Amino acid sequence: MHTKTIAELVIELREKKISSQELVQHYLNRIKKYEPQLNAFVTVLQEDVLNEEAKKADELRAQGHAKLLTGIPIAQKDLFCTKGVRSSCGSKMLDNFIAPYDATVVRQCQDAGMILMGKTNMDEFAMGSSNETSFYGAAFNPWDLERVPGGSSGGSAAAVAGRLVPVATGTDTGGSIRQPAAFTGVTGLKPTYGSVSRYGLIAFASSLDQGGPMTLSAEDAAIMMNVMSGFDPLDSTSVEREYGDFTQHLNRSLSGLKIGIPEEYFGPGLDPAVGAVVQEAIKEYEKMGAKIRSVHLPNNALALPAYYVIAPAECSSNLARFDGVRYGYRCENPKDLMDMYCRSRAEGFGAEVKRRVMIGTYVLSSGHYEALYNKAQCVRRLVQNDFNTAFEEVDIILGPTTPNVAFKKGEKVNDPVSMYLSDVYTVGVNLAGLPGLSIPAGFAHGLPVGMQLVGNYFSEDRLLNVGHQYQQVTDWHKRMPAHV
Amino acid sequence: MALLPEEVRRIALLARFELKEEEIAPFTDKLSTILDMVEQMSNVDTSHVSPLSHPLDIHQRLREDVVTVFNSRELFQSIAPDVLAGLYLVPQVIE
Repeated sequence: MHTKTIAELVIELREKKISSQELVQHYLNRIKKYEPQLNAFVTVLQEDVLNEEAKKADELRAQGHAKLLTGIPIAQKDLFCTKGVRSSCGSKMLDNFIAPYDATVVRQCQDAGMILMGKTNMDEFAMGSSNETSFYGAAFNPWDLERVPGGSSGGSAAAVAGRLVPVATGTDTGGSIRQPAAFTGVTGLKPTYGSVSRYGLIAFASSLDQGGPMTLSAEDAAIMMNVMSGFDPLDSTSVEREYGDFTQHLNRSLSGLKIGIPEEYFGPGLDPAVGAVVQEAIKEYEKMGAKIRSVHLPNNALALPAYYVIAPAECSSNLARFDGVRYGYRCENPKDLMDMYCRSRAEGFGAEVKRRVMIGTYVLSSGHYEALYNKAQCVRRLVQNDFNTAFEEVDIILGPTTPNVAFKKGEKVNDPVSMYLSDVYTVGVNLAGLPGLSIPAGFAHGLPVGMQLVGNYFSEDRLLNVGHQYQQVTDWHKRMPAHV
Repeated sequence: MALLPEEVRRIALLARFELKEEEIAPFTDKLSTILDMVEQMSNVDTSHVSPLSHPLDIHQRLREDVVTVFNSRELFQSIAPDVLAGLYLVPQVIE
């Protein structure tokens, strides 16, 4: 059961080959068995609650009231607010935070009939690329338990790759869906900025954050985008437009598709074994009739420096709300208000969150704003211009998702800048607000390699079509880790 | 761009973090490394580029002036660290 995609499970449920109760129990058993090794979850819902939900789903189906995804299990990243369920964001600061409302995405999944199995582990406040900054300890990569699953949506990636759930949500501010998807051999989509509601997502960097699905196939990602995307009046940056059916063009031919290969994504720093896997994938696309050509993103090297000004600046502002007054962690016996603020924040946040808040505070402070913050916003424009120019010539940009395969736990955790470099191909996409899809493209050193496909604004249907066609002629996305 | 320990103390105060004396050196070191990486931007000429604050350059949306959210004080205060009679309690501010 757990090897199946959502698209396949939907058919099994419809044809009554399985019930939702069996499905939920099966995944719950797998969570019980593998969670001690993977640490993919911060919270798993109570067994009796899950059984009750599954029973209701089966009843709806028996009455002929089932929707497409009724009874399909899902895990939400612990950054999405879930009413009545702890929403910790991987932080001691919110360890005691029971969200009083649902994020729009959580509500959309519930409205679609999906069953919330639990909340997944993540880097604290989504700041990290390895899951090691989580207050709840790191999640592990099911392909090699000594290695990280990536981050920040590492728990979601480990849960899907370990087949503990058929789908999980993630969020992506600089690569936090695509990088862990690449490290664990799953499919991850970071949609166009503004197409998935940010209401009820605990904010990290508001102009970059975007929620998206992590699944076993591009087809499943398309099914999930039909649930998750859409205009939301509760999110002031939600884009009002007709989103359409993301599954509609999955089977479109790739003949004549123009794919651009940015030379900057294949330069020094890329593990040659990872590069070779991606080159093979490019050949596969040529066989399917795509036209391959070289493109340039000359300012790509500046994307990371600009990101590490803009994202910290926004996070220093967003995380100012955690002051120990209204919710979250408050220190013991504060002697005055200032002491309460300073100690609650010092004790409630981990080192990486503090570093980023302090960088943000610095770049926004008097005397540095022009030279750093304003400069970074200008560089952001240059990065966007590069993509705009490239998309005048090609339909899709293709490259590796990450320069290397999953690294070992502890390898980079004390060297922030080396950790940041694992997002070198992904951050530019966030700065520009474009959609990016990471799909499994093979293996290097026995570990999964992700290929990143970037499309123009609101071209997710095309992007998923390009991913889906590749998954029709390859089976990398079906490979399962030996440990699970 | 090497920071000085005094600068780190000042940033920590602005960010409302209590830093212990032994934390100053490691934070100074790591923040300086991050700012060194950020410095790579300074060689690029951006004098003719306008800053980009939102990827889609959209404008703030307006909505009808009608009530859409209702008072949920009790629900919100049920997760507060310290409340009394509908008020959030904090250490005494005024003598």
